[in-house]
Amino acid sequence: MAKILLEMKNITKTFPGVKALDNVNLQVEEGEIHALVGENGAGKSTLMNVLSGIYPHGTYEGDIIYNGQVCKFSNIKDSEKLGIVIIHQELALVPEMTIGENMYLGNERGKKFAIDWNTTYSEADKYLKMVGLTESSKVQVKTIGTGKQQLVEIAKALAKNAKLLILDEPTSSLNEEDSRALLDLMLGFKKQGMTMIIITHKLNEVAYVADKITVIRDGTTIETLENHGPEPISEERIIKGMVGREMTNRFPIRQGVKIGEVNMEVEHWTVHHPLYPERKVVDDVSINVRKGEVVGIYGLMGAGRTELAMSIFGQSYGVNCTGTLKIDGKEVKLKKSEADAIRHKIAYVTEDRKGNGLVLSQSIKVNTSLANLDSLAKLGVIDQDREYAVAEEYKDKLRTKTPSVEQLVGNLSGGNQQKVLLAKWMFAEPDIMILDEPTRGIDVGAKYEIYCIINDLAAAGKSVIMISSELPEVLGMSDRIYIMNAAKIVGEMPAKEATQENIMAAILKSGRGE
Amino acid sequence: MKSISIGDFFKKYTMILALVVVAIFFSITTKGKILYPQNINNLISQNGYVFVLAAGMLCCILTGGNIDLSVGSVVCFTGGLGAVMMERGANMWITVLVMLAVGLLIGAFQGFWIAWVKVPPFIATLAGMYAFRGFSNVVLQGFTVAVRNEQFLKVFGGGADCYLPDLLGGGGLNRTCLLVGVVIAVLYALMTLRRVSVQRKMGIAHSVTGEIAQTAIICVVVIWLSYKLASHKGIPTVLIWIALVLLIYNYITQRTSIGRHLYAVGGNEKATRLSGVNTRFVYFFAYANIGLLAGLAGILNLARMTNAQPTYGQGYEMDAIASCFIGGASAYGGTGKISGVIIGATLMGLINQGMSIMGMDANYQSVVKGIVLLVAVMFDVLSKKQKR
Repeated sequence: MAKILLEMKNITKTFPGVKALDNVNLQVEEGEIHALVGENGAGKSTLMNVLSGIYPHGTYEGDIIYNGQVCKFSNIKDSEKLGIVIIHQELALVPEMTIGENMYLGNERGKKFAIDWNTTYSEADKYLKMVGLTESSKVQVKTIGTGKQQLVEIAKALAKNAKLLILDEPTSSLNEEDSRALLDLMLGFKKQGMTMIIITHKLNEVAYVADKITVIRDGTTIETLENHGPEPISEERIIKGMVGREMTNRFPIRQGVKIGEVNMEVEHWTVHHPLYPERKVVDDVSINVRKGEVVGIYGLMGAGRTELAMSIFGQSYGVNCTGTLKIDGKEVKLKKSEADAIRHKIAYVTEDRKGNGLVLSQSIKVNTSLANLDSLAKLGVIDQDREYAVAEEYKDKLRTKTPSVEQLVGNLSGGNQQKVLLAKWMFAEPDIMILDEPTRGIDVGAKYEIYCIINDLAAAGKSVIMISSELPEVLGMSDRIYIMNAAKIVGEMPAKEATQENIMAAILKSGRGE
Repeated sequence: MKSISIGDFFKKYTMILALVVVAIFFSITTKGKILYPQNINNLISQNGYVFVLAAGMLCCILTGGNIDLSVGSVVCFTGGLGAVMMERGANMWITVLVMLAVGLLIGAFQGFWIAWVKVPPFIATLAGMYAFRGFSNVVLQGFTVAVRNEQFLKVFGGGADCYLPDLLGGGGLNRTCLLVGVVIAVLYALMTLRRVSVQRKMGIAHSVTGEIAQTAIICVVVIWLSYKLASHKGIPTVLIWIALVLLIYNYITQRTSIGRHLYAVGGNEKATRLSGVNTRFVYFFAYANIGLLAGLAGILNLARMTNAQPTYGQGYEMDAIASCFIGGASAYGGTGKISGVIIGATLMGLINQGMSIMGMDANYQSVVKGIVLLVAVMFDVLSKKQKR
């Protein structure tokens, strides 16, 4: 048995009113990749914050034993000195600064009043090479893509002499290709003896990279699974630990599917990039959706899916938008107005619920009514009693977990926030709902509930377009699937005929320009 | 149901407690002078413009911490315009309408640049601040222009006789004033009662004791205030205007769609736009609206001073901004209430007056005001931080 590098013993952390961690134990061997999985709010991030000193010694109970020594970190600097480096989920890079400046931010080379830029950039280049980046460290961060930015974060961590690297959802904003590259990079580091902890929701990634998997549920450690065998551990096995029961079906079965007439048709839709108007982000796309149908649009990030959806929704994205939009067979005059789209009974549920979807500083009630406030107002005066009743109704209908609809949305978990976002758009009473990554960053249990809501919407005769970069989800939920790649629709197939293989084949074929 | 802890109580009522502490402090240092009826009367009439401007400033701040620097100059400009018009014999009501309209136009003009051209509000209103200070000088030609229209002064609370007439007559105490105070207190209590009963019927959990305590305190304050004013000369007319503005804006921010949109834009502009709200109009509304209120403040200021000078209104914008922030509005937008603004403005007024009565050097008064602003916002930031 290899040496134990890190042991966290009986860690208990309480916030006013909640026990976030309750006697959590974690053992990490030197040179392994250890995955930490659990539903949102299970306590994974809290545990890592305890480890890295964000919650200083004394604010929690229990011991951290690192390299055989009990550690009492009072801030992040302390843990970093020992080589424990955490990479947070949200990228923490300054876009205007160069890669090199970012990597040594707060850790500048040279003297305090005389930064040694030559050392900075030459060292930065060295680490960039280690993570497989060919960019010069003198390039501004904003000019490289998210996938590469994530690699810069890792290079930055390496520059701090990391021995134990903690990655908090490193692939949540990466497409499949970049994710795979990142995971392979991790496997490469492992060979060189680096120890890593990865927090992720994507169980296929866990099965791919992790040697051991610790499952956390409701602030306690449930089990630690080994992943050594020739067969990777099954996702079902991990899920069982996470939700505490066997999930026989990850996707609810649709009952009483009744697909009606074509509700919305988009023809020869072309949209240009708002900053580089010569670039087409959506290129001659034609799609349609029927009443009661769930249409999946599968594509990797950057394929133009979100841009397509947002441009249909009152041209909220892009410039020089051309093409025809027909609703119920009648052509709709294109206007650059979200309100106009809502009047035509279209709803767009954004992929970025915190950035584009919700007003976090306001209550569930306020968010629920926001897109259809007029229906609750007379001469501009809101009927607050009815507003409250509406918010309650949707809270019950979607089973949003909250003490009251007066609760601020910012205090809810990801899954519940997503429900509030859905409630807002359901209350706007659309006929066509475009759901952009409706289950991003939420846990398995909440995902299932969201899928049920989607099925209910379709059963109620709404047309649902579901955009997703998770293949199983597209395959499990859709009646019909469009495949999008590089601004074009490159394939369309009924869900019955679709398989992982022929969808990927469609993408690859288009990539070769055939 | 969980009871409110002492910490929560302090967090929620920090500024009210601060107000009480400051009031006690000054009543000790001024040997009770600050609570003399006349001083309370002066506190209201001298700070009328702050309440009016702060109500408008709150709407701007709600949209994302945006401020309007031009209001001081606009107050001066509309005041100058009105004074000149009335001097040339214009009808008072026409003058008032023109002043309001000009204020609104100025606000709309600035709002246009801010909302549609996306000029940063700070810059757009800084430009207005310079320009209308200049225009004030042009209109007044550098002179002081006196207002002789008695009716104007009476209605807008200036000059000597700026009180509501005592309809009930009788003795030293102004009975009308007292009666009005009691009626308001009773009405307020009844409204609270109705609201609580409706909420109970709908099953909304609420701490009833907290509600009762809050209502009782407000009723006592109202009656106490009316008693103090009654023992002076009654209700100053300017108080009617202040009350009207505050009531209307409390209603707008809490009960109307546009009010809701102000909060939503400040909380998350993108999400609000994608919800089909015309966010540009929301910005435009906020700035056109504060222009209108600057016009009204110009009227009140003109009446109080009974003349117009090209230097009037300097620093008014800062008083309004400070009142909002002391009253708990977020510098990033999205949170803040008219009730907070009332407390903020009162606190500023009280400190001003207390220091004046103490005979403190005017320069140091300014220093103290600065410190109060800093401390108030610091408390606000810290109390929000402790949550996590």
